[in-house]
Amino acid sequence: MKKTYKIDVDCANCANKMEEAAKNTAGVKDAVVNFMTLKMTVEFEEGKEPKEVMQEVLKNCKKVEDDCEIFL
Amino acid sequence: MNKKQKKVFVRIIITAVLMIVFSQLPIEGWLRLALFLIPYLVIGYDILKKAFKGILNRQVFDENFLMAVATIGAIVLGSYTEGVAVMLFYQIGELFQSYAVGKSRRNISELMDIRPDYANIERDGKLEKVDPDEVEIGTIIVVQPGEKVPIDGIVAEGSTTLNTSALTGESLPREVTVGDEVVSGCINMTGVLKIETTKEFGESTVSKILDLVENSSSKKSKSENFISKFARYYTPAVCYGALALAVLPPVVRMLILGLTPEWGDWIYRALTFLVISCPCALVISIPLSFFAGIGGASREGVLVKGSNYLETLAQTKYVVFDKTGTMTQGVFEVSGVHHNKMEEEKLLEYAALAESASSHPISKSLQRAYGKAIDRSRVTDVEEISGNGVTAKVDGVPVAAGNAKLMERLGIDYQECHHVGTIVHMAVNGEYAGHILISDILKPNAKAAIQSLKHAGITKTVMLTGDAKNVAEQVAKELDISEVYSELLPADKVTKVEELLQQKGEKEKLAFVGDGINDAPVLSRADIGIAMGALGSDAAIEAADVVLMDDDPLKIAKAIKISRKCLRIVYENIYFAIGIKVLCLILGALGIANMWLAIFADVGVMVLAVLNAIRALFVKKL
Repeated sequence: MKKTYKIDVDCANCANKMEEAAKNTAGVKDAVVNFMTLKMTVEFEEGKEPKEVMQEVLKNCKKVEDDCEIFL
Repeated sequence: MNKKQKKVFVRIIITAVLMIVFSQLPIEGWLRLALFLIPYLVIGYDILKKAFKGILNRQVFDENFLMAVATIGAIVLGSYTEGVAVMLFYQIGELFQSYAVGKSRRNISELMDIRPDYANIERDGKLEKVDPDEVEIGTIIVVQPGEKVPIDGIVAEGSTTLNTSALTGESLPREVTVGDEVVSGCINMTGVLKIETTKEFGESTVSKILDLVENSSSKKSKSENFISKFARYYTPAVCYGALALAVLPPVVRMLILGLTPEWGDWIYRALTFLVISCPCALVISIPLSFFAGIGGASREGVLVKGSNYLETLAQTKYVVFDKTGTMTQGVFEVSGVHHNKMEEEKLLEYAALAESASSHPISKSLQRAYGKAIDRSRVTDVEEISGNGVTAKVDGVPVAAGNAKLMERLGIDYQECHHVGTIVHMAVNGEYAGHILISDILKPNAKAAIQSLKHAGITKTVMLTGDAKNVAEQVAKELDISEVYSELLPADKVTKVEELLQQKGEKEKLAFVGDGINDAPVLSRADIGIAMGALGSDAAIEAADVVLMDDDPLKIAKAIKISRKCLRIVYENIYFAIGIKVLCLILGALGIANMWLAIFADVGVMVLAVLNAIRALFVKKL
């Protein structure tokens, strides 16, 4: 399953780091962050609850880039 | 500027003023340090905070950390002005970047501002504005002059001229009347329209296009992936380099060469290293170039589904076309009347009237060529002979219109035609009256399109068609296409494209151009599939990688030129940014470059790269 979330982040490199962090979160199959449109598309693994996974994604993103936001 | 940017702007002004004033004051020692800490903290508190948090989260090597270390280092070394200045220029750079990115983001979205905000529904004689998302299929919506058509549908009442330029990039107006299909995103120019919707808002053309363009930059190109990989190694590498530069040379000088270590000098050099090390110029300008390129292209009616496709398109050397609907109009028109004894118009009149009962495309084109209203009452005794043609009486005169078999059947001598196309032989009053040639005509820009492709460096143009050999070869000759394969079934087209794929070199890419109706397999098999005339055709938008909204073949070359320009800018930025940084790193290591040059290498390069990237948006004149 794929879902798209609006995000807020200031620099392109930070967006790359968010993408990396999201990809490495458990339950996430793949993630793409589009800095130009400020959107994050997350593909979840089968049987995972997106809401729970996204909480983890947000936590991991905050770790690598303090100044980011994902609008869940 | 938004609120966040304004705040930074104010901080920049305050810091700049304080820095200039303090650097002129004749104060020395601790007081001077205390004074300079004021602007330093004003401009840098958030960077310091982020750097600290980064360390806590074990994300040491980010640019906040680099800036914090470099500036604190400079201040410790006593270069107060430089310490503040580095932070100041870093913030100016960040502000500019966020402003430029925000601006181009808005610019591009404005270009694509075809999203309708509402739909009008008539209730109890009054118009009511509703959210287009809530309109169900089959609802009658009202579109007034000046408004956008919000949802795809069929005209139920009224007629008007539509401006499709937001979708196609062409300002050629389109006339519609009752029964015609209209696609969302067009602007109604003259009359009031009532439209019966045939799709939901989310499935309508305008929503699909917006979705496509907005998501297009998510499919990342090789260059983008290269840059993010590069950035991942580059920053740590430079940091370790800086550390080595700060420690090794003084140690070597002290222990081996027996000289004074000059710690201050080497640490200063290491700090300039850190300032140069931020990869932002690259990381921001490459996706921005692609985004601008895709935005510029969509303004011209060329939708590119991803940065990776833009990259492939730029490497295209082989272009393979479908014939019908791509190079030709796919509608049949009368292209000549031969061996006629009576006047051409009279003969066409007879033909059109005799065939008036038929809905065959041939009879439609005869009626179009005749150009006047058909008075059916003039036609009697119509007899359709399947596979042969029609006999009828027009104004009481017996007329036969059909192929050679019909003439043989009626025992009338006829003349063969040596032109290519469908021939309608005519007999009036039992005597041969000439024949009418009907053929698929070339698109007006077809020839120019092939030429401009050759001009753009396409090495091979190939045409594939299911049509007869003589037709195909005539078209190919007329258009100056180098290779042609005819009488192909849809499956044969795939095989042919596969053969061509084998022939070409590794770095050369093959593009297939079709009208998207029955060539979906070929579109997906080619390196890049281009569908044209896609306005209103969902299948084409789904199957292709690049979609030309109108059916002008000149846009193929244009799309290739846009992609080349975009890729040229991408490479310019990669070489330019990496080149300057490496040069400054070397100069910094040798002690020639000071902190000011390092600031240029960081902020200056980024500003220039962003400005260069925005150039990709301007593709009108290509």
